[in-house]
Amino acid sequence: MRDVAVIGIGMTNFGELWEQSLRSIWVEAALAAMKDAGVDYIDSFYVGCMSGGLFVGQEHLGSMLADYLGVCPVPGTRVESACASGSVAFRLGFMEVASGMSDIVLVSGVEKMTDVSGDEATYALATAADQEYEGFHGITFPGLYAMIARAHMAKFGTTRKQLAQVAVKNHANGALNPHAQYPFSITVDEVLNSVKVAEPLRILDCSPITDGAAAAVLCPLDRVKEFSQKSVIRISGSGHASDTIALHSRKDITSLAAVEVAGKKAYAMAGVGPKDIDFAEVHDCFTIAELCILEALGFVEPGQSGPATEQGKTARDGAFPINPSGGLKSKGHPVGASGVAQIVECVEQLRGEAGKRQLKKARRALAQNMGGSGGSSLVHILEVV
Amino acid sequence: MSVPRIWRETPQRYRLEAGKCTKCGKVHYPPRLICDVCRSQDFEKVTVSDEATIVTFTVIHTPPSQFKDQAPYAIAVVETKDGLRSTFQVADSDGSDLEIGTKVRLQFRMIQQEGEAGVIAYGHKASIV
Repeated sequence: MRDVAVIGIGMTNFGELWEQSLRSIWVEAALAAMKDAGVDYIDSFYVGCMSGGLFVGQEHLGSMLADYLGVCPVPGTRVESACASGSVAFRLGFMEVASGMSDIVLVSGVEKMTDVSGDEATYALATAADQEYEGFHGITFPGLYAMIARAHMAKFGTTRKQLAQVAVKNHANGALNPHAQYPFSITVDEVLNSVKVAEPLRILDCSPITDGAAAAVLCPLDRVKEFSQKSVIRISGSGHASDTIALHSRKDITSLAAVEVAGKKAYAMAGVGPKDIDFAEVHDCFTIAELCILEALGFVEPGQSGPATEQGKTARDGAFPINPSGGLKSKGHPVGASGVAQIVECVEQLRGEAGKRQLKKARRALAQNMGGSGGSSLVHILEVV
Repeated sequence: MSVPRIWRETPQRYRLEAGKCTKCGKVHYPPRLICDVCRSQDFEKVTVSDEATIVTFTVIHTPPSQFKDQAPYAIAVVETKDGLRSTFQVADSDGSDLEIGTKVRLQFRMIQQEGEAGVIAYGHKASIV
């Protein structure tokens, strides 16, 4: 297997992009990544998209996006793993370059969520749960994470305030991110008094509905200098795992087994452990998700994520900064794009190009992306060579 | 939701039928073709107990469109007396009378209805004992 580097990154602003279409935001991100990489061609591309069909009535993205990027007959592949679609695209591109099949591969994610009503978006997102035995009874995604939150609070004594602190911390980071959908700070009181969505979760515990696209260009490590003079970023670890689609089928509702397994695989490939990671971008689709992920990835012991967050350990100036980009909560969550947008943030930080968000220590990064209530997850580790 | 889609699930939704693995004994609800514990493909039909306790729950304030007229409603992961876990609404509850461990009984109820003349889907809801 060849070593693989990320040589280019690009993303659109995240938000309600009413004047733009799915194809236009994707092409914008792809062109930005190719320009950043210094390449004027690609051998193939992957695009993660959860539901072009339900959000804009468009499938066959491999063809349409190749067409609108002006690269036909280059092969394009659309992949789906709910909210983890973007990082599946990233992993497949990594595998294609590592295997020697291709040299220059564009990996990307896109979701155009605001062309449908809130009800239709809720329905589209709910398809990531078990439609026949969860959705049938009226559960929603916030509802599934709310049930995880209640179980976590009962088992470990995690508090409502600690959950709120996740959103407050991520908004403080996102306030410094020019791409963020909600680039402003919020307070614990605002979270605790916001509208109820699915008890005990409130609207400010939830990531928003977002339009956006993100892309990266990969190439073999030994060819980087032909294209780019920027810091060389190597993909040192990749892990991917599944779990039951229904939350109720899990042995332990408070732990995310797919995240744990994907993390262990990525750590093993990179030859490192959680203590060697300088910072991480994780899938905070709901505040409770970030807490469970910190435990599954071994950053803290089970039950310690709430106190660690409350003590500021996950803040930008803390012991292990989590979601310096603002996370899905503040930056926005265009579901298929989020996994690749995490990679964009990791690379900006590792290059020292993150502006006001720049972390002091950024040599090795971890990105964790997740589908559904934890039914699929991917973990990638990137490091400065 | 199409008629065949509702109709083909009636054994498990109406009668709580499950598949019990004849090799390792794990009960699968809904039934499936292969056991995820022992890989056996031999099952016998059993009926899930209607006595259950609440494992965790939430109260939905922003529901999917077909549940709009029921909101806010409570929904829970319950564990039946025979150790099986699944998701059910808790009937006639706004959540304030629920705790983890609350005893419930599964009862045959209307679950959802599509549009004004739409198909009515039935199944089970949990009810506080």
